[in-house]
Amino acid sequence: MKFTRKDLLGLEEMSREEIESILDTADSFVEISERPIKKVPVLRGLTVVNLFFEPSTRTRISFELAEKRLSADTVNIAASSSSAVKGETLKDTAKNIEAMSIDMLVVRHRCPGAARYLAGVLDCPVLNAGDGAHEHPTQALLDLFTVRKRRGGIDGLNVAIVGDILHSRVARSNIWGFQKMGAEVALCGPPTLMPQEIESTGVRVHYYVEDVIPWADVIMLLRIQNERLEESYFPTIREYSELFGLDSEKMKKAKPDVTIMHPGPLNRGVEITPEVADGPYSVILQQVKYGLAVRMAALYLLSGGQLESEAADQERKVDRSGTGSRSNL
Amino acid sequence: MIDPAQDLDQTCDVLIEGGAVRELGTSIEAGDAEVIDAKGLVVCPGLVDMHVHLREPGREDEETIESGARAAIHGGFTSVAAMPNTEPTIEGEEGVKFVLGKAAEAGLARVFPVAAISKRQKGETLSEIGSAIRAGAVGISDDGYPVAQSGLMRRALEYVKMFDRPVMAHCEDTGLSAGGVMNEGRTSTVLGLRGIPGASEDVEVIRDIILTRLTGSRLHVCHVSTAASLGFIEQAKTSGLNVTCEVTPHHLTLDDEAVATFDTNTKMKPPLRRKHDVSALRKGIETGVVDAIASDHAPHSPEEKDQEFDLAPFGIIGLETTVGIVMTRLYHEGAVTLSNLIRLLSTNPARILGLPLGSLKPGSPADVTLLDPDSEWEVDPRDFVSKSRNTPFSGWSVKGKAITVIVEGRVLMRDGELKTPGVRP
Repeated sequence: MKFTRKDLLGLEEMSREEIESILDTADSFVEISERPIKKVPVLRGLTVVNLFFEPSTRTRISFELAEKRLSADTVNIAASSSSAVKGETLKDTAKNIEAMSIDMLVVRHRCPGAARYLAGVLDCPVLNAGDGAHEHPTQALLDLFTVRKRRGGIDGLNVAIVGDILHSRVARSNIWGFQKMGAEVALCGPPTLMPQEIESTGVRVHYYVEDVIPWADVIMLLRIQNERLEESYFPTIREYSELFGLDSEKMKKAKPDVTIMHPGPLNRGVEITPEVADGPYSVILQQVKYGLAVRMAALYLLSGGQLESEAADQERKVDRSGTGSRSNL
Repeated sequence: MIDPAQDLDQTCDVLIEGGAVRELGTSIEAGDAEVIDAKGLVVCPGLVDMHVHLREPGREDEETIESGARAAIHGGFTSVAAMPNTEPTIEGEEGVKFVLGKAAEAGLARVFPVAAISKRQKGETLSEIGSAIRAGAVGISDDGYPVAQSGLMRRALEYVKMFDRPVMAHCEDTGLSAGGVMNEGRTSTVLGLRGIPGASEDVEVIRDIILTRLTGSRLHVCHVSTAASLGFIEQAKTSGLNVTCEVTPHHLTLDDEAVATFDTNTKMKPPLRRKHDVSALRKGIETGVVDAIASDHAPHSPEEKDQEFDLAPFGIIGLETTVGIVMTRLYHEGAVTLSNLIRLLSTNPARILGLPLGSLKPGSPADVTLLDPDSEWEVDPRDFVSKSRNTPFSGWSVKGKAITVIVEGRVLMRDGELKTPGVRP
């Protein structure tokens, strides 16, 4: 299928076919980062702006490298250096950036709906790199991609997401993504960090991590943030770790071929112990690696690129007619 | 003519003279008096919106007492009660006189000030409630902010007893609502927006009912939004307490799924609730538990509403949409008779605020609204005379409109045309 969206805002609104088209495209981009010369001219001449209103290391670098390896010109704007601190509105900031003829905007913002708001204001494609606790679509896509690579498919898998679901955009995007791809999703965490009526999205909810460990083919741990302590979501990090932290002892009940994931950054010894994070079941670094390919695919498709198979079809037509533009993938 | 206060629903003539209703009857001879033909229209006592924010003093860019009073006339309201959360707060004699002076200068809808409960609405000590009421305040409220301290709320309820005015309570436990921007439930979960549980309202409604029982005072619960709160109010009424309540048109017609597009015109306090809450409020209209419909008209500038949902201020305007929305969604859908609708929009709010209005009994001030129940129109914010445009009802097709509005015998709107249109922003 042809990818026709102007923006990539979240997985809730996307179909399985659209998700698959991104994953399929990502497949063909993995190899680029394994070359000695890691660059293709796919986005040559296009300008992509990474507008980050929240601190981010992994996602920002991943987007920037993805853009650079596709030969786009990139500009990074961090909130501290932007005019937001001078009181300029998000809309004005974005409009001013667009006035400099940019081709795509990647945005990270603490407010849910911020990416969607910008998509409505701007003519250029907008990629949501995380909007509050709403969605983080490229993270979920890279998680899906990693699982598909590791397990050969997603259909029928049992996926457990453990931790602070309430504040997690990663959890929300993955709830939509994994279910659309045919997996069953269970959430696990303290009731204080479980959003109201989350079951209505089709997931199961558990409060004992021991209940989901033997069931799960994939276990995804979420980062626990220290500031949650101040709002009394749980009493101490120690108690959280005791109840929900994944360690070698709890891992004994896991399936022999279980896959352990974490979107990062890790709190070693809190939600995951070093033995588990660095152990044979962990795909945490593969997630980071594949993140690059998935973001390249998203950028490529939003820039108007097509799936490889369709591009090949078109190339054949071009060869016959001698007109039109060649796909430069 | 429909006048619930006199139990009247009949075709008749109304003679107005010297700013008052002189006579009701068939075929009144009045010489060369101006005649307004109301054939096909409903003549009723002037509508009273007991809960509006007019932003003056402090945010005259969003609304002034004059522009708000004009919007009231345009929407069919002859009287409004203005909440005190302005900058500075309306409190004491000075604040009340300021509002009354501005309203008199405008000469449009009557504007009745509601004075603050606590000094500068800080919830710490009582403001000069007595002076405010003597100067003309019709009630007291810290609306916009709840009175968090139960002790202070008790004192307010007790103190106001000597003036026979209601405490108009904005019920919200901020310990439960803090940081929230929409109703807590499936939609807030999916959108990742921080939720305001219905319980934050229920807890404080029940507290204020208990304090009303303790003090024997009068409590008016503002903008009830949950089924549970309405249930508690119903029980309180049944047990004989002097408790009344109002509901807004938006809580009667919209639920929290309307927030799904992150439209900041769906952001207000209390937030849009669940479908079952909407049904319960509509049921409360039918059974009479709900005393009044009030708009909670809350103007905000376009630039404040045009930003991230989390950052946009709470509130929507309603003076110019209330009649169309409630006639369409309540009267035409058979949830309420015209007579009961007028009770909710005029008779009851006038009674709760202790105003000699809300009836066309001979001798009453001649505040009259003429409604065309079958006039169909589309809500277009560009047609508003309010200074603000923040409405979730833009583009709605509605049926029912105020056509002619008379305040104290002065015809301020005739056949949909304002006599003093003002400068449209």
